[in-house]
Amino acid sequence: MTVHRFPALLFLFAAASGVQAAGPGTDGAHLYRRHCSACHGHDGTGGVGVPLALPAFLASVDDPYLNRTIRLGRPGRVMPAFTQLADAEVAAIVQHLRSWSPQPAMANHARQPVRGNVTRGQVLFARHCATCHGARGEGGHGTGVTFSRPRSAPILAPALNNRGFLAAASDAMIKTTLMHGRDGTPMQSFLKQGLRERDINDIVAYVRAFERQPPPADAAPDKEPPILVRDSSYSLEETLEKLKTAIAAANMRLIRVQTLDQGFAAEGRENPDQTIVYSCDFRFLNEALQVDPRVGLFLPCRVTVVRHGDRVQVMSINPKRLSRVFNNVELDRLCDQMYDVYVNLLEESVL
Amino acid sequence: MRRWLIALLVLWTGTVGADELIMARVTQSFPEAMNNLQQTIREQGYVVSRVQRVDIGLTTSGFQTAEYRLVFFGKPEEIRQLTARHPELIPYLPLEIVIFAEGDDSIILAASPAKLAEFYPDPELGRQFSRWDRDLRAIFDAMTTAH
Repeated sequence: MTVHRFPALLFLFAAASGVQAAGPGTDGAHLYRRHCSACHGHDGTGGVGVPLALPAFLASVDDPYLNRTIRLGRPGRVMPAFTQLADAEVAAIVQHLRSWSPQPAMANHARQPVRGNVTRGQVLFARHCATCHGARGEGGHGTGVTFSRPRSAPILAPALNNRGFLAAASDAMIKTTLMHGRDGTPMQSFLKQGLRERDINDIVAYVRAFERQPPPADAAPDKEPPILVRDSSYSLEETLEKLKTAIAAANMRLIRVQTLDQGFAAEGRENPDQTIVYSCDFRFLNEALQVDPRVGLFLPCRVTVVRHGDRVQVMSINPKRLSRVFNNVELDRLCDQMYDVYVNLLEESVL
Repeated sequence: MRRWLIALLVLWTGTVGADELIMARVTQSFPEAMNNLQQTIREQGYVVSRVQRVDIGLTTSGFQTAEYRLVFFGKPEEIRQLTARHPELIPYLPLEIVIFAEGDDSIILAASPAKLAEFYPDPELGRQFSRWDRDLRAIFDAMTTAH
């Protein structure tokens, strides 16, 4: 690709992703509050998302890293891609993050690759990094510091084998972090642990080599249908009874049976042709909340029995399809289990 | 430059957008935010049909949790007419906002109704989903600007 084609390609990318020029008065604090604070906290102390206001973090990352992280997110690791923001808006958010640090923004890291021995780096990674960052660099479990982690735990080990991270982080930034560590987090200086610069170069080369491997996990596919549905040859009442039996057989607690319009229609005037059965496996729910506190959108498990004309159907959401909006591969695994539970309930109720 | 460009193009098809979930931090304690949320939903012209107390179910089952509730709401006649024509929408109705405590703050979130247009590519439904999306964002805006 020749250099003169870059601007056209970047323009196409920008146009397709809805990137626009921001108007005057772009306010980083306001934008941060609107787009980031729900997860990272108003003051950057973290929550569903990791803390950002750590001086050692802000001192070791350059603006392009922050910019690309906002733009690209972390596929499969909760942090979404903010493709809808204008370049000036992203820059304003980055400047707001910088306001938390007494130090001026650091000079940009060099973009030249760090040369090292990948094979040797793999051995060193397994010995020094895998405990926190995962055997394949997939990162720590859970989200930020909420629910899944005590608030005293300062930061979640990031996924290094992640397309968003690898696109955002330069080799020099990774090397700097390895050499100096990050105060306020479990990440220690590898130099202080006795590694030499050559060892650190080898680890950087190994991390960079993740780009040439398939990622350990990615966002769920969106080819699934939005709902799961089965036709029943039984009456609505019979189907409801079979559904309740299936719920009990699955060791789930039956929470309640109600019409869709309960709470909307006057008492006694509800439509029984749209009846919802709510149930829950609280052990599973607790596990899901540890993985992602946003999982309430799936809750509680509900199956609807619908009669329209002579036709009776049972239906539910499809957890595999909804899972994608959470951008959390750990949740995808639980959604696969949830999918099996729903399919079992639906099929048992029409059998 | 080339590495960055390649990465952009690779990520292009695989990203999950930030607008699929609507999420906000409310600088109110949970009880206060819970009351305000129901009031704000009503002010937007909707009826709250039920509040599901997830935290109660968890604690009675022996699990620890912060306050965690689901607020279901809708416009009765709209839901009645819509589900009569499109029963396949029922699993996604009534509309729902999750609210949970995080320290001194409260977090509210909902799936973007506009996302449903991907599931149900019907122009009439698309307009309905857009209206819900606009109303939901107005509720979130009102909640976050209250304080």
